[in-house]
Amino acid sequence: MTRILVPSGALGLGYDADALARGIANRPDLIAIDGGSTDSGPSYLGRGVSKYARSSTKAEWAGLIDARARAGCPLVIGTAGTCGSGSAVDWLVEITRECLAERGETARIAVLKSDQPAARVIGALEAGRIAPLAPAPEIDAELIESCTNIVALAGAEQIDVALATGAEIVIAGRTTDTAIIAALPIARGVDAGVAWHAAKIGECGALCATNPQSGVLQLDFERDTCLITPLADGAEASPHTVSAHMLYENSDPFRLYEPGGYLDVTKATYAQEADGAVRIAGAVWVPGPYAVKLEGARVAGYQTVLLALLRDPRYVAAAEDWAADIVAKCTAKALARTRAEPGDFGIEIRLIGKNATLGGLETRAGDPVEIGALGIVTAKTQGLAAEIGKLLNPYLLHHPLTREEEQPTFAFPFSPAEIDRGAVHEFCLNHVMALDDPMAAFSLEVLDA
Amino acid sequence: MPDVGEVALKVRSKNAGPFWVTIDIFCGTPEAFARVRDGLATAEAARVLGVPTQALKRFDIPELNVVKLSAPRPAVQGTVADRDMHGAGWAALIAEMPLD
Repeated sequence: MTRILVPSGALGLGYDADALARGIANRPDLIAIDGGSTDSGPSYLGRGVSKYARSSTKAEWAGLIDARARAGCPLVIGTAGTCGSGSAVDWLVEITRECLAERGETARIAVLKSDQPAARVIGALEAGRIAPLAPAPEIDAELIESCTNIVALAGAEQIDVALATGAEIVIAGRTTDTAIIAALPIARGVDAGVAWHAAKIGECGALCATNPQSGVLQLDFERDTCLITPLADGAEASPHTVSAHMLYENSDPFRLYEPGGYLDVTKATYAQEADGAVRIAGAVWVPGPYAVKLEGARVAGYQTVLLALLRDPRYVAAAEDWAADIVAKCTAKALARTRAEPGDFGIEIRLIGKNATLGGLETRAGDPVEIGALGIVTAKTQGLAAEIGKLLNPYLLHHPLTREEEQPTFAFPFSPAEIDRGAVHEFCLNHVMALDDPMAAFSLEVLDA
Repeated sequence: MPDVGEVALKVRSKNAGPFWVTIDIFCGTPEAFARVRDGLATAEAARVLGVPTQALKRFDIPELNVVKLSAPRPAVQGTVADRDMHGAGWAALIAEMPLD
């Protein structure tokens, strides 16, 4: 039997300390936690930084380093620092060194990096070894070179190589959420269908059970089954909660693509066992050509934003016309007074209280008390965005619906009203890259810290 | 005719990676599931979500009493045109659709 302890769905989200202690007492073979996701947007990969506060990350990571020492088993984290770039991995290695020094301990750390130099990706593109997923942006060498970071998602093979170093702590760059869980059982001969299925259910911790925010989950792998047990008080798994988790953040709930194949759970079974545990079986692993998914982000422009509040009922009712008139007049003024050409910038005003979430897809109309006018200037440089933001400011403060009326004034919550947001990044790859050797696009280093 | 959200227990939406949004309609009972399965027109859902019908994936899952819809995002997550980083608001579009 192979026992894996999953403290929570992501480092930084917190975990139930009592449940973690219970998991340690059960003597796991591995503690595995995910460190990231694309879910908070492209800025983190674009800049190569973590979403979560350093203080939170360090407090939770110190708790897991302590858990590892007490359990006497390896600790592995995938997609370190939200985006899994080399810089984010280095950040977590530095935190790890601090935690170990504060404990007066040393440990062997395996550092797996997933960064892809542009030249490697361009070479693969030219060799016909990059395939688009749907929907994929058009890509060429120029676009690939414009990425500030490109990572490949490691699978079970690369995690297995990192664990095989005998490291006590594995810090991995971008991996699939599931690979850090699936690698060890597969290496020990567990059926790959069961291993990947349990890994998908376990990757969000106790999200597959009641009391989902308690985090801690225990996975017991046998040859052809896996027992899934949430460990917090009041957390129970049922066939319904476990199978429903296959819906979560999956566009297809029956098929999950991983490096080297896909998981098909169409024939999976879910059986209730004692103590709020569920036993799963029956999922099928379908091997295919070995390819890893790529993620890349690049700068799409620079933004300055402003917020004004309309409370006058006449302006609330006519907010769309008011905003459209401002955008037209301010765009003309920016072209006249700066050196910007059309295409160098864009001005948008989103009306909060009307349709700011859904835009043109909004089907409902209400009668709001007030409307927030969120002015968004996107430009080729931060200097130009800030300059046009200042041109937009007087319109948002005083623009009248008609020439005849007394000059209106709207509510500004801040001074200065313009907020420079810095670079806006965009995801620009939805592709897979074929590899002959799974380690060919990854690097592994072992440190004694 | 009642709206989807009046028949279902819960409608949620979330990103499924940066290029897709997925909407889960938890119906709760076999009766409510049958009502949503039969009354929710795929083409109309695609129109409401602003995607071509052939691009919309639909899964009717009786074991869970769930109807799931997945659509490519019209604006890729986090691009300048994207309004909703986590895809949270799309659930309302489906919840407010009248059932046939």
